[in-house]
Amino acid sequence: MTDNIAFVRHDTLPPAPPPPSETGAIKWVRENLFSNVLNSVLTLLALYFIYRIAVGFLPWMLNGIWDAPSLQACREILNGESAGCFAVLTERWNQLLFGFKYPTDQYWRPSLAFILLFASVAPVLFSKLPRKMLILTAAYPFIGFWLIWGGTIVAPVLIALGFVFGYVVFTRFEKNSFAAGLISAIIAALVFWYIAGFVSEALSGVLALEPVPSRDMGGFMLNIILGTVCVSLSLPIGILLALGRQSRMPIIKGICVVFIEFIRGVPLITLLFVANVVLAYFLPPGTTFDLILRVIIMITMFSSAYIAEVIRGGLAALPKGQYEAADSLGLDYAQSMRLIILPQALKISIPGIVNVAVGLFKDTTLVSVISMFDLVGMIRGPILASTEWNGVYWELFGAASFLFFIVCYGISQYSQWLERQLATDHR
Amino acid sequence: MTQATNMQVSDEIAINIQGMNKWYGQFHVLRDINLTVQRGERIVIAGPSGSGKSTLIRCINALEEHQQGSIEVDGTVLSSDIKNIDKIRSEVGMCFQHFNLFPHLTILENCTLAPIWVRKTPKKEAEEIAMHFLEKVKIPEQADKYPGQLSGGQQQRVAIARSLCMKPRIMLFDEPTSALDPEMIKEVLDTMIELAHDGMTMLCVTHEMGFARQVANRVIFMDQGQIVEQNEPEEFFNNPQSERTKLFLSQILGH
Repeated sequence: MTDNIAFVRHDTLPPAPPPPSETGAIKWVRENLFSNVLNSVLTLLALYFIYRIAVGFLPWMLNGIWDAPSLQACREILNGESAGCFAVLTERWNQLLFGFKYPTDQYWRPSLAFILLFASVAPVLFSKLPRKMLILTAAYPFIGFWLIWGGTIVAPVLIALGFVFGYVVFTRFEKNSFAAGLISAIIAALVFWYIAGFVSEALSGVLALEPVPSRDMGGFMLNIILGTVCVSLSLPIGILLALGRQSRMPIIKGICVVFIEFIRGVPLITLLFVANVVLAYFLPPGTTFDLILRVIIMITMFSSAYIAEVIRGGLAALPKGQYEAADSLGLDYAQSMRLIILPQALKISIPGIVNVAVGLFKDTTLVSVISMFDLVGMIRGPILASTEWNGVYWELFGAASFLFFIVCYGISQYSQWLERQLATDHR
Repeated sequence: MTQATNMQVSDEIAINIQGMNKWYGQFHVLRDINLTVQRGERIVIAGPSGSGKSTLIRCINALEEHQQGSIEVDGTVLSSDIKNIDKIRSEVGMCFQHFNLFPHLTILENCTLAPIWVRKTPKKEAEEIAMHFLEKVKIPEQADKYPGQLSGGQQQRVAIARSLCMKPRIMLFDEPTSALDPEMIKEVLDTMIELAHDGMTMLCVTHEMGFARQVANRVIFMDQGQIVEQNEPEEFFNNPQSERTKLFLSQILGH
């Protein structure tokens, strides 16, 4: 047989199922937990640690006191037993969410804005939803501003109309050149807003909600405001910076490089101090420049520089052939970027962008350092300093971590889902 | 050549390159290129790697910039004006070695994208045109798939269809079969041959000498950035004049 090398197969073998010992849960346990002596020992050790943590933590969690007016009262109820005083959460829940100065009878306004936020973000996140919902998305910044800050509805409506007016002017002048359209649009919008300032002052009573100044904002609401505004602003700015850094025009490229490198080289904390203190020296005396607005500008600058670098990575990962194919079909720069390059580069950059967004959202707690009372600021300041709740650390910071974790984990899960949705290249 | 019905060359000049030079830094890639292409001509450009053949055809649609001399495509002189370049690019189709399909778009979207955005064709009409050309390259059933799901030969045929959807008057091929498995080369060459029979003006950088013999009316041999020899295919293959050409032909036809 061995010297006969000619072989012809006449019938194809049918596929057979794997042997039973190679499937099921027992196989998984044996392979992953008890594959050898060392792994078995480690598995048992790990089980022991889980048991000890559960024994210590679960009673503390489950026997916790949810209803008490102060830490002292809580300790009396516990009577020497060790358990959590979660009463501080129920007692100060509204303060944790809204800060301690937001008018109590107006809590429905930020709550409503929060619910509307989901409805307006949904069509951006899920492309299968009807495109008409984008109208709500476009209107949301103005609705949200009106609900949270209050005042007359005329002001946000006029600001929105200013954008519309600017866009109309842009389309009128764009035929001459893009730059002419852009500059005339900016001038038109600025003139419109200047006039609108007088109009809204005159109509300050129309559909007015009780105005709440920025320094009264606080709690988790402040983190969410800063997080959503800064993420949604820094993504488009980051894209422009990344494209600018690739530009062949030396001035644009230079500006983008200097901006990105400078901002990345400076700690966020110093930028926030600049926003809080130093910026006032540069502004003409007497101008009041809203603190939240200043903080938003600084955080946006900071994160857009990071996002720009993430997107630059995505742009660099695209084969040169994609640019050439787009060029060879006669697409102009804007078209090839929008239709060919950015959809692919952004898809590659999703993990990095989400990384920056999650980091940014958590970094919003840094504003507590410049004496703004966000969630952490509320805990460190008014709540822990109060005589009732002085000394409740675990429960408060645990709850704060939990709130942040929910949001950040949600963002992360969404991004993984989105990556799977966009996986069309079948590599 | 029984079906060679439409393969006449007209007197009209499609491409006119005069005294063109190009450098990469200090390196002189293209040296004094003079080339006139009549409408309906099928030109095959051959030569060793690094001889500047790809660079030459990439200069024609301004994917590469040339530093000296003039290039005139369909009566439009190539200048640094972007509007001018975009106009020429929309008239000149190009197929690449690595296909360069857009992986995030379906086959149909790949084909309709440029007509919709550059030519402002209504979407429905663009899809009809796209299906027409996908049928021509014999893969209409793949229209809703993504490029990654297709074989190399199919992808290259889609790339040809994508270019044709812009109704170009000139087609450039940059080594369209050299990234393909041997089994798939024929299907792409068949598509190109059919295109030639339809009277398309074609410039092909390729090593497929059988294709050159069958379709080309002129073969250009390049070496070290210069046009060394050009002739009708029969003469070129049977009776090469320069030593360099003889050596090249003996190497690629030697086995």
